[in-house]
Amino acid sequence: MTIAVVDSGGANISSVLHALRRLGAEPRFTADPAVIGAADRVILPGVGAAGRAMEVLRTHGLVDVIRNLTQPVLGICLGMQLLFESSEEDDARLISLIPARLRRLPDREDLRVPHMGWNAIAATRPDRLTQNLGGSWFYFVHSFAAPVGDWTLATSAHGRSFSAIVRQGNFYGAQFHPERSAGAGAAFLQRFVESER
Amino acid sequence: MTGTSRSGVARRIVPCLDVRDGQVVKGVRFRDHRVMGDIIELAARYRDEGADELVFYDITASPEGRSVDVDWVRRVSETIDIPFCVAGGIRSVASAERVLAQGADKISINTPALEDPDLIDRLVKAFGSQCVVIGVDSIADGESYTVRSHTGTPDAMKAPGRQTLDWLREVVDRGAGEVVLNCMSADGTRTGYDIAQLSAARRLLPIPLVASGGAGAVDHFIDVFRQADVDAALAATVFHSGQIPIPELKQALAAAGIEVRPC
Repeated sequence: MTIAVVDSGGANISSVLHALRRLGAEPRFTADPAVIGAADRVILPGVGAAGRAMEVLRTHGLVDVIRNLTQPVLGICLGMQLLFESSEEDDARLISLIPARLRRLPDREDLRVPHMGWNAIAATRPDRLTQNLGGSWFYFVHSFAAPVGDWTLATSAHGRSFSAIVRQGNFYGAQFHPERSAGAGAAFLQRFVESER
Repeated sequence: MTGTSRSGVARRIVPCLDVRDGQVVKGVRFRDHRVMGDIIELAARYRDEGADELVFYDITASPEGRSVDVDWVRRVSETIDIPFCVAGGIRSVASAERVLAQGADKISINTPALEDPDLIDRLVKAFGSQCVVIGVDSIADGESYTVRSHTGTPDAMKAPGRQTLDWLREVVDRGAGEVVLNCMSADGTRTGYDIAQLSAARRLLPIPLVASGGAGAVDHFIDVFRQADVDAALAATVFHSGQIPIPELKQALAAAGIEVRPC
């Protein structure tokens, strides 16, 4: 089993690598299209701004590489957002695997943005990836969020309901950080690593 | 007032581990530091007990003018799977990047921000607001609150002459993602958080606010979430000593109608 973790820039990626190692995996952190294409599993992490991350992927020639992957792919946080069509953040055009636009969470006096902290998810349709994880708590850090649609496996809410876990074919995404979500996050990552092709 | 219906985000319980020479220490009112244990052991224990986040504050770093040794940051990141913040000794984008690259989720700056407020803007531009926490040490004199810098060693402490609430407005304008407000008059006294000061800060902060200083009993946590509407409560001694076990604290908070992540 080889797991490629895509280098899409950003300083704080090592926590994803540490989490995979705790599961016994030996992830490769890479921007090499050949390594990514050949991996059994691909993880697209990401911290920072959508426009900047897309620039990094374009620079490495990775946008089409990712779009054409057929093995299980997991986007985490910004990496999940990149699977969508576009974002209000930087008015960025994204990888466009899921036909929807990310919007900023509502600015309200009683609501702190970024949405930073632990929140519970609710499963919206059954999937092996989310089995028994409905009601579990995960750690979120984000200001923009994906709408709820056919692609949604689980929702969470901060001012409004948004997609917490998505799936489009072999592409999965988590808005939260499983690598920082204690036991529930480890279980989620384990499920993804064990998912069938 | 309370956050039970505001949104689904849980109120966070945050043990703070003061680090010196690779050990966790804690003193009263910033003095007489006692060794409390090994960093990795304590971090793993708190993760298992249900802490929502950890703050590591390298108290030797700032006053002696050296930056944080990042090897223990990597070991913490390898060991635990909850978010953690590193404070102390971070005075540049380069030193912040070293800490974040080892797996820290956030960095917190205090004295360097007071000396060079533009550092906040530079850190936010480099890493995003969500990574940048501003630590503020504040002393209450009636209803007047003023900040202190260089608080790591009592002999070096300074009063830069800033009003705390003015400083909080400025750090928000500069893009900070979170504030840890340490009320020094209460710190180490175990007589309760400074509700008046934290409420004043809450009224003007649109970003998450972490209460620090004064926790001594379970009721103090209930009070600070209910009355000052803070997002998180930080404490050290009551957790390190075992006086307040985190599972019991969270059960009491839940029973009081305050939303917390179950352990």
